[in-house]
This record gives sequence, structure tokens and C-alpha cells, in this order.
Amino acid sequence: MVYHRKEKNKKSEVFDMPRMTVDPNYCKGCGLCIIACPKKIIHLSENINAKGYNYAECIEQEKCTACKMCYITCPDVAITIEK
Amino acid sequence: MEIIAKRPEALTKEPFHYCPGCMHGVAHRLIAEAIDENGLINQIAGVAPVGCAVFAYNYFNCDMAEAAHGRAPAVATGIKRARPDMHIFTYQGDGDLAAIGTAEIVHSANRGEKISVFFVNNAIYGMTGGQMAPTTLPNMKTTTSPYGRNVDDIGYPIRVCELLATLVAPYYIERVSLLSPADIIKAKKAVNKAIRYNKENRGFTFIEFISTCPTNWGYEPEQARQWAKENMLPFFKLGVYRDKGEGVE
Amino acid sequence: MSKILMKGNEAIAEAAIRSGCRLYFAYPITPQSELIEYMAKMMPKVKGTFIQAESEVAAINMVYGAAGSGKRVMTSSSSPGISLKMEGLSYIAGAELPCVVVNVQRGGPGLGDIQPAQGDYFQATKGGGHGDYRLIVLAPSSVQEFADMASEAFDLADKYRNPVMILADGMLGQMMEPVEFKPAKTDAELQELANQHLSWCICPNEDGAKKHHHEINSLELDPQVLEQHVLGLLKKYAEIQKNEIRYETYNISDENEVLCVAWGTASRVVKSAINEVQKQGKSVGLIRPIRVWPYPYEAIKQVIGKNVKKVYVFELNSGQMVEDVKIAVEGKVPVDFWGKVGGVVFTPAEIKEKLEECF
Repeated sequence: MVYHRKEKNKKSEVFDMPRMTVDPNYCKGCGLCIIACPKKIIHLSENINAKGYNYAECIEQEKCTACKMCYITCPDVAITIEK
Repeated sequence: MEIIAKRPEALTKEPFHYCPGCMHGVAHRLIAEAIDENGLINQIAGVAPVGCAVFAYNYFNCDMAEAAHGRAPAVATGIKRARPDMHIFTYQGDGDLAAIGTAEIVHSANRGEKISVFFVNNAIYGMTGGQMAPTTLPNMKTTTSPYGRNVDDIGYPIRVCELLATLVAPYYIERVSLLSPADIIKAKKAVNKAIRYNKENRGFTFIEFISTCPTNWGYEPEQARQWAKENMLPFFKLGVYRDKGEGVE
Repeated sequence: MSKILMKGNEAIAEAAIRSGCRLYFAYPITPQSELIEYMAKMMPKVKGTFIQAESEVAAINMVYGAAGSGKRVMTSSSSPGISLKMEGLSYIAGAELPCVVVNVQRGGPGLGDIQPAQGDYFQATKGGGHGDYRLIVLAPSSVQEFADMASEAFDLADKYRNPVMILADGMLGQMMEPVEFKPAKTDAELQELANQHLSWCICPNEDGAKKHHHEINSLELDPQVLEQHVLGLLKKYAEIQKNEIRYETYNISDENEVLCVAWGTASRVVKSAINEVQKQGKSVGLIRPIRVWPYPYEAIKQVIGKNVKKVYVFELNSGQMVEDVKIAVEGKVPVDFWGKVGGVVFTPAEIKEKLEECF
């Protein structure tokens, strides 16, 4: 598993860029979204949620194309996609 | 900017208790999306199994009944006959449906009950800690087949879609996979069709999902998917086994 | 309403339909197959649902589903088939659902025979299914009573949200007697019945604030919560024990030297024997529980007159209800038992002989 360095998410400069958001309360760090993402922009955070899972997060939102592959494969419905 | 994918209305806000990488959550989501897309949320009720999905009544945002192990199709029959204006689905695992519940699934299918049965096949008993299932593959090691499933002693896995396809009444039977996003996209179409047929009261609809059990197989989520692709798909062939709506008998 | 000559199995079916039952799921088994056949014929006529299920297990689970949908639903079977329903009954009681189950008892254990017996008393009253629950158990002794118990059973089931069993036997099921039926429920009454459980049952939903999420469930993994749930059930059972005891007294007087306790078909034979010995000046009384759960313990204790030397229990089994009689009597007077097993029914002459031995 590739872990993201402790770095704040870069906010999108342009407001209507597609984005994926992971709700850490649902994520169990299974890593399937990471594999599914064709742009390879999802990583497991070094932070953990209340259940102790390293949750997934997108660190290069500007590259997101809202392809929804991550949403489709997420077993915890933790992901929201905006376009 | 608009939200193009989010938690369906037909799911509650309750986080799933399933293991990381278990595909139960995907199956739940597909069913919930189909309920939303068909506008059925106020007219639908589900029957939960005994198995990992025993708490399904906490996750679906509609009236739910808990059934005894294997009895969900009979319970669903009772509900549908009592309230024909509502639409009923069951959600079952391999022990529930293909072991103790074999009579109930065969006969509710045979009567052509107007319900949808969603069957999650992961070749093992998850909830009780990894025992052999009727769908466990030959030579597969489980806690009750520690030397591998010996087909000479206890036979082969049961292929439920093929079994039900020998019956005249069932309206729609398809086996799909949850093992990759591409497969899940195809599975979504099947689930939507099952729910749409259910909404139109066309007859008995049945979807079998090939799924994983990372914890009891002893694999990481991705390894589990690979194992299933290599070992389950050759035996449990994906495809449409019946679709009276499209003329497939 | 005029009297018709009818077989017990058919009379109970007819009475159930008149009581508003529109769902019936069952499996054929002797000696109650006439019941399911009557339902097969008559349910469609009232636009009800009849399914011959693949097994008694499937049938009781269909009952669970229909009961969970708030509708009047019934199943029936005989001893071996009732054993199959025990899991389902425990679930129905745990989920607090209303339903009626008819047991037309036959000789057992195991496959047994098809002759009348009373061997399922323990199963019905002490719980055949697992866990802390009770069935309300009605024990008819005539075809008229059998038929009357249909509406009683459905009303009790709805009132207490509990399964109710009518514990009959092959004799009652098969014999024909004159029976007068209550009038059938009107459309208005049926509508009222359909709406009585909407606060908890599976039913269509609405949007917004009025949306409900009803669960039909008996699972609760948190022991503290399950404890509260079971305590709630026990409170309900205490209420039933307070309000729903029913029994009949026959030939009770201060002259009684023997008090008999018998139920169902056995009680009729005992009544005949009592009449015979009364002609000889020997005074024997009978107390007949009409409902065997809740059991009339107090009533039995009260009715033991000052001259009673013995309480005699006669059953068509190895001695099951006699244990409840012993509890009632509290050792005040000796309790004797005589019975027949295997589906053999005793005769008035045999009972008369036993009674004469007491004097």
C-alpha cells in the first residue's frame, strides 16, 4: 500500500473541477478504490479514522475525471463524486 | 457542480459492519440504487438472511423482516401474498440459500413467486468463521474441510442458477460478478432489470453475485478478487440463464 | 343460523374463513388433510390466498411473513408436522406476531400412527421451540367448540400479538357433529382488521416525516436489550394468565369423592364414565381446562371439595397434563393418572372401572 505523506489536500482552484470525496467514517482502507482509479490519484492517508482504519483520500483532485470507478468498487459507499 | 454519485436514499446512514474489501456492501448499494432508480422506496420491503448480512435490516431504508436461516423465500412469499401491492426482495448467502434453504428457494422459484432473490456466493460461510459451504470449490480448505473439499466424500459445489433454470416458472435468472469495476457495472444492469421486472410483477427474478470473503479465505481484498476470478469464475459461469422479458427461456 | 353436520377439520376451516382469515399455508398430513383441502376449495372463493407449501417448515415461515404484514393467517398440521414448525413458532413469538396454528394430534413419537392422541401437550404448553416464550393453547372437545375457537384464536392472537395454537386431535378432526357458525365478518369488519396492525407491520410507506422503518425481527445481540425484550414478553404472558383462563366444571358438588381432570376428546369419555358411576351413587366431578395455556391452576385447587379423596387425571398420552394438575393440587390430595398411548383411545367402560376402584 502506498501511503500519502502528511500533507493537506490541495483545494481545487477552479470550483467546477470533478472531485471525489471519501467520508472517513465509512472507509475501511480496503484499497480497492486505489486500484480502480485510472489516474492513480487515491492513496491511503497516514491518518486513521475512529475505527482505526487508514482511510482513502484523493490527493490530486485536479486530475480527477469523475469516471466513478472508485465509487463503483467501494464496498462501503464511502465515496461521493461531483462533476 | 452537481453530485453524480453518492449514497443512495434506499440505504440508511449506518456504516456497514462487513470486513474491509467484502463485496456485500457493493451488492447492497446496487440493490439500493435500483430501488431509487425505479422509485420503489415506499413500496418495497426486504427479507434479511442469517449470515454476514443478518443486519441487512439496519442498512436498507425500507421495512425489513428478519428470517430464520434459509427461510427468506418462504417469508417473502408470505409477505407478497399478504401485500401484493408491495414489492419484496430477499438477500441471502450460500449457507442460507443453498444449504438449509434449498427447499424454500426451489419452491418459491417453482411457484414463480413475484419476488427478487439476491444471492451472494462467496464459496464459504463467513459469519460463523469460515466453514465449508455448498458452493465451496473442490479441494478448497475451510475450517470444516481442513484437508480440502474432498469431492469423492461430499460432492461438488452447487450451481444454483443452473438448478433454478430447470424450472419453468422463473422469469429472470442471471449470474454476475462483483470482482472488478467493469463486472460491477454489468452487475448493476442485471440488478436494475431484476428490480424493474419486480416492479412490473412479471415473476420470480434471481441474481447470483460471485463475491469474495477476504477474511476467511485468508487474503487481502485485491488478492481475494484475483483468487475468485481464477477459481470461481471457471466453475460458476457468468451469464443470463433465463430472461423471459428478452425471450431467453 | 342453522346447524350443519360437519367434520371437525372442515368446521375449523370454515370458521377461520368466517373470522376473516384470508391467508392459509399448509402441508397435507393425516389426520387433517380435509382441513387443507377445504381451504384449497374455499379460499379462492373469498379471494383469499391458499398455498400448499413444500413443507411444514416453509408453511410456518410463510405464516411469519404474512403475520409480519399484519394480516390474519393460519396454518395447520398434525404432530410430526407441528414439530417442524417449532422453529418458526419461536421466531413468531419472539417477533410478536399474531397467527393461528391448528394441531390435529396423532400417535407418536416419531412417525407414530394416524390415530387420535394427546401426546403433544408438553410440546404445546411447555414450549416445543427454543427460548422463553409461550403459546396460548386452546383445547376443544367438540366440533362446535373447535369451530368457536377459530374466532377466539384470531382475536387472542391479534390482541396479544402472539401465536395461538388450537390443540385438537384426530378424533375431533375426523368426526362429524352438528355445528352452528358465527356470521362471517362483513367488509367493514375486514377493513378494520386490515388496519389494526399498521403501526408496526410491513406496509406501504410515505415520504417525509411520516416515513416508517418497521422491522419484523427477533434478533438482538445486546443481552441487556434482549433481556428487556423478553421481560416485555413475560409481562404480556402474565397479563394473559390473568385474563384468559377458561375451564368447564362438570358434576362438581360437595359430594364428590373423586375429582377428574381431563381435556379434549379424553374429557368426553370421562364425562360418560362419570354419568355411569353417578347412577351408582358414586359422586365424581370433572374439571375440564378449555384452554391449557394459561392453565387453570387456581380453579382446580378451589374445586377440590372437602370429600375428595383423590384427583384422577385421564389423558391419551403417558401423563403430561397430570404434571400441571400436581402443581395445582400442591400435594393436598393424592393425584393419580391413567392413560392410553400410541393412538389408542380409552372407552367409557375402562374409565368407569378405574373410577369404581376408587370407592
